[in-house]
Amino acid sequence: MTGHRLRQALASLASVPVTLFGLVLVTFLIGRAMPIDPVIAIAGDHAPPDVIARVRLEMGLDQPLPVQFWIYLRNLLHGDLGHSVMTSRAVTEDIARFFPATLELATTAMIVAVLLGVPLGVVAAWRQGSRFDHVVRVFSLAGQSVPVFVLGLVCLLVFYAKLGIAPGTGQLDVAYEGLVPHITGMLVLDAALDGDWDEFWDAAAHLVQPAAVLAYFSMAYITRMTRAFMIEALSGEYIVTARAKGLSASRILWRHAFGNITVRLVTVLALAYAGLLEGAVITETVFSWPGIGLYLTGSLLNADMNAVLGATLVIGLVYLVLNLLSDLAYSLLDPRVR
Amino acid sequence: MLVEIENLRVQFPTATGMSEAVRNVSLTLGQEKLGIVGESGSGKSLTARSIMRLLPSNARITADRLQFDGIDLLTADEPALRRIRGRRAGLIMQDPKYSLNPVMTAGAQIAEAWRVHRGGSRKVAAQAAIDLLAQVQIRDPARVAGSYPHELSGGMGQRVMIAMMLAPDPELLIADEPTSALDASVQAEILRLIEDLVSRRGMGLLLISHDLPLVSHFCDRVAVMYAGRIVEELPAGELTRATHPYTRGLLECLPTLSHPQRRLKVMQRDPSWLI
Amino acid sequence: MSAFTTVLSRDWLLSETPASRAQAAWVRRYRGWLQFRANGLAMVGLATVAVMIVASLAAPLLAWQNPSAQDLAGRLAWPSAAHWFGTDELGRDIFSRILYGGRITLGMVVAVVALVAPIGLAVGSVAGYLGGIVDRVLMRVTDVFLAFPRLVLALAFVAALKPGITSAIIAIALTAWPPYARLARAETMTVRNTDFIAAVRLAGASAPRIILRHIVPLCLSSVIVRVTLDMSGIILTAAALGFLGMGAQPPMPEWGTMIAASRAYILEQWWVPTIPGVAIFAVSLAFNLLGDGMRDVLDPRQR
Ligand SMILES: Nc1ncnc2c1ncn2[C@@H]1O[C@H](COP(=O)(O)OP(=O)(O)OP(=O)(O)O)[C@@H](O)[C@H]1O
Ligand SMILES: [Mg+2]
Repeated sequence: MTGHRLRQALASLASVPVTLFGLVLVTFLIGRAMPIDPVIAIAGDHAPPDVIARVRLEMGLDQPLPVQFWIYLRNLLHGDLGHSVMTSRAVTEDIARFFPATLELATTAMIVAVLLGVPLGVVAAWRQGSRFDHVVRVFSLAGQSVPVFVLGLVCLLVFYAKLGIAPGTGQLDVAYEGLVPHITGMLVLDAALDGDWDEFWDAAAHLVQPAAVLAYFSMAYITRMTRAFMIEALSGEYIVTARAKGLSASRILWRHAFGNITVRLVTVLALAYAGLLEGAVITETVFSWPGIGLYLTGSLLNADMNAVLGATLVIGLVYLVLNLLSDLAYSLLDPRVR
Repeated sequence: MLVEIENLRVQFPTATGMSEAVRNVSLTLGQEKLGIVGESGSGKSLTARSIMRLLPSNARITADRLQFDGIDLLTADEPALRRIRGRRAGLIMQDPKYSLNPVMTAGAQIAEAWRVHRGGSRKVAAQAAIDLLAQVQIRDPARVAGSYPHELSGGMGQRVMIAMMLAPDPELLIADEPTSALDASVQAEILRLIEDLVSRRGMGLLLISHDLPLVSHFCDRVAVMYAGRIVEELPAGELTRATHPYTRGLLECLPTLSHPQRRLKVMQRDPSWLI
Repeated sequence: MSAFTTVLSRDWLLSETPASRAQAAWVRRYRGWLQFRANGLAMVGLATVAVMIVASLAAPLLAWQNPSAQDLAGRLAWPSAAHWFGTDELGRDIFSRILYGGRITLGMVVAVVALVAPIGLAVGSVAGYLGGIVDRVLMRVTDVFLAFPRLVLALAFVAALKPGITSAIIAIALTAWPPYARLARAETMTVRNTDFIAAVRLAGASAPRIILRHIVPLCLSSVIVRVTLDMSGIILTAAALGFLGMGAQPPMPEWGTMIAASRAYILEQWWVPTIPGVAIFAVSLAFNLLGDGMRDVLDPRQR
């Protein structure tokens, strides 16, 4: 029986290389379709013709497309995503520098979203049709309908400008800029590791608003799914059995109904976390949060092709891994999947 | 009397008004075996579940009297009902595939029923679960206790269900078509097991079934339901003397070896039965 | 005449014993409508969507100001009788711009759906009907497109195509079709082996004909539900592209673009970027409420 489980897990793993290859191919083709000449991006606008010709040759751009793809693939395997014009650093280096901030933001948002969204969904399902259920429903539909950038701007307006209880944009106050040592790249964590509590509180305060905006975005989804799963679970015959056994309402709700949806919920949480990447792109732009999303939009506006493609590829990769984890969770955790 | 029901009605709201699923049913049940038969949708399950107040949330229930051992079930609050559910009355449902919790082991589900009513440590309850599984004639109780429902056969699952409901030692057992989902070969075994346990422990039994001869064989009394009411109630031995045309119809529709018929009779329904 | 009144009567529509298949279908629809109507929120959604469609179609009649007429002297004005929603950073009337922006949003949504539904249906039904290697290849391609977050892939596409409304539409469509393909494939798989498809096949119909004439119509209803539920996602992605400067370009009165252009004024003249934000939110919420109500009726399991 474990053998079967393993096989199922392996089957979902087996599709990864193909999807991965497709991912890289799509990114490559987008790059080649770009109206920007990659040679000029490297050699500069005013490079003499012989330099341009040499760079073109070096980049293998005179080769047929499949060969170019092969070169792209080979560079990729060596961790070479090219250079960014905007920062004039290697794209991989840039991504390593920007990614931790996104991780910090998305993870904080995720924790908040789960801690609020799951209980809301469970209680709404338990009290299906009640006023509480309706309020939760509207609240979560609103969360799915509000554009993240509008919510972010309104938050800045209300809490920063009008009430003055929240710090402005960015990851840290200018006063502390450059004082936190680079350990994990996640400022709140680094400040704590450094033992500087002023910096820690400032970094944490800066995290609150973007994380809350992002959390609302995915909490809406988590609440909805939890509620739907719970309603289905609560209509199961085994719930009648549990009631017939004389169990208390909370035990029926959490042990029997919720116990039946945890695995599916884990897969939803993985997907929600992946969805946060998308929200992060916009949230980071609004709050000037120096993460991969800000890097992506910044390089888009500067037509910095290598950076755009690198960021897209990395986000796609993370997304793929999270989707994969969600699949694996299903085949490895659920006692019914054998 | 263990159970006393007088003029029980169960209704459901629909787009066109209330639909009556159970109408004016009256029943009493002591330490005996009562069978309820009737076709699908005749209200057997709803009647039985009313005794445990386990109706769907949109059901409206009214009765002149609905009592369990003198306790008024209509006015009883949730804690009072919980002292009856499981502790004093158990319910076995049709298909163990759906009525057992798929993500808890059989042992854990039985132990839970034990602990919630009898207390005791986890270890004691786990041991009690294994003992109970042995009592329902499972040969390898320790292994079954560690299995998930989908790893058990239908007959095995139903034994687990019975063990679970017997854990707190109830006075009444309601079995709602306990063998309909099982193979014919297992059906008799399960029924014999139920009969054996019920008579040994001196419990009351309410057995619901489609199968008139089977019920009359196992029970002391039989009530026949049609379209939400009890149309006839009689001692099991006197089934052949049934007077209601519906009961007669049910009996005559059965094929027998002693009186072979070319064509089986088809039930002729009469609207006047509804009044 | 009497036959007509019978058809329209409530009893006929609520009959427990329909006399014909057509009546049975109408009974089902009427019951669904009754259930939908009882859901107040869904009705609010429906009404808002209706108002939005009418208002944007009638924008030239309703908006008495030219949406692109600038008045630098009267810029960033607070709402007044002359300018119901005030004026923007170039002194243009925000009310008119919101109405005309509705047209752009609506147009983009319609264009995306018109592209996505046929592509998704084609890929899904062909994969589902033919099965085998075709199915595997098409589904792998679908997986690849699902492997990117929608907005990020759309951003990359737009960057490759050159920012603008057309690119935005194409990019959103390219990222939105995979779920439709999956849906159509699942539906096709369930009917592929039914007797009536076998009968059609025995009658000598070719695969394209079977797919076009018999399978696609069966997938259509679930695709329509899915489209309603997808609307708000499309609207939000379009607005996000506009906000990031990758969608509609100024001076077009697209809502996301309007916010991007005026976001610098959020702290002082806060209504200028907020009003288009509210418009996006309202329309997207309306579609969500509508879709939610429809799902309740059409899929009682509430998934
Ligand atoms: N939740 C519900 N909502 C509406 N009507 C219901 C509901 N549950 C049961 N009913 C109706 O009540 C009637 C009686 O149901 P019941 O389950 O008691 O029948 P039954 O005699 O046990 O049938 P079966 O032999 O199929 O189990 C059925 O006709 C059914 O339509
Ligand atoms: Mg029943």
